[in-house]
Amino acid sequence: MELRRYRADLHIHSCLSPCGELTMYPRNIVERARAAGLDMIAVSDHNAAENAAAVMRAAAGTDLTVFPGIEITTEEEVHVLGVFATMDEIRPVSEAVHERLPQLAGKKSFREDQVLVNEADEVTGFGPYVLMGATTLTISEVIDLIHHYGGLAIASHFDRESFSLVSQLGFVPADLRLDALEAFSPGATPKESPATDPPAYPAHLPVVRFSDAHQPEEIGRRWTDFLLAAPRLDEIRLAFSRSAGRGILR
Amino acid sequence: MTLADLVERLHLKVFASQGSLGRPVTGGLVGDLLSDVMAHGRKDDLWVTIQVHPNIVAVAVLKDLAAILIAGGREPAAETVRKAESENVPLLGSPLGAFTLVGRLTELGVQGT
Repeated sequence: MELRRYRADLHIHSCLSPCGELTMYPRNIVERARAAGLDMIAVSDHNAAENAAAVMRAAAGTDLTVFPGIEITTEEEVHVLGVFATMDEIRPVSEAVHERLPQLAGKKSFREDQVLVNEADEVTGFGPYVLMGATTLTISEVIDLIHHYGGLAIASHFDRESFSLVSQLGFVPADLRLDALEAFSPGATPKESPATDPPAYPAHLPVVRFSDAHQPEEIGRRWTDFLLAAPRLDEIRLAFSRSAGRGILR
Repeated sequence: MTLADLVERLHLKVFASQGSLGRPVTGGLVGDLLSDVMAHGRKDDLWVTIQVHPNIVAVAVLKDLAAILIAGGREPAAETVRKAESENVPLLGSPLGAFTLVGRLTELGVQGT
């Protein structure tokens, strides 16, 4: 089987994220991603997956592969990215996350920043949950939840100053069953950080870089090149484990 | 001031390392970002937090803190209690919120930076 390079940005917010710009609607995301030379993207909103289906449909017939994703806020307020192959896999994860978000009945003002859309970029409603909140799931429970439904669990911007493994927990716990770390700092490489002891990074975990785009211009500002046989989640999983010739190029 | 004094005065719950309560407390800090505690914690500080992840024990060991005081009635994870026992890190708790706890500690003479 022939392997080739696939450029991926698996951390992109849509207009469903409270902090995502309204211009992050499906056709715009697809257009920007293709213009940026990306082969694979994931739509990963804060604690929600509903808009991913519309972006997947908007990309149908193009050479862009779209995975449904979700960026879950753990009880420790660490952000963890879950990337899945299908909407059927991610839906129960999204539902479980919604059940564990703060219930602020009656406070409706937050909803207008949580825009649900269809593939024609039409507004279909507003997310009824407090997506900016933290769930009551621990980081281990979130990783187990993602894995239970077949997803890849990646620590978002793990070395950032906020909402990251390092900011919230000081260092990456060695026993976490993460599939990869998403690095934020330009110079971050998987080696011991001089500032911390024990080291902030377990060296066995693959390190990837994605944009964490909240506005269209940011799509593809950071990416990771994979060597794969096809743009599929099972292929990315092989690349993370450096199996069957698959791997991360940069 | 020892941990045992504080446990008695503030009616603190002891989740782990009962045998290490003779340890002196010379200062304190409050925080839920472990990166910040790793940067600013000092030896023999009492650390007030609402984080309950096992990493809090590692941070207390790393900075040689006197003890961890979990505020707001939160329960530490089972693994956190186990690690605290094995590392002899006193793990304390109180139903009081962090703000109130720090006020009481300050009244008792425990000072931050």
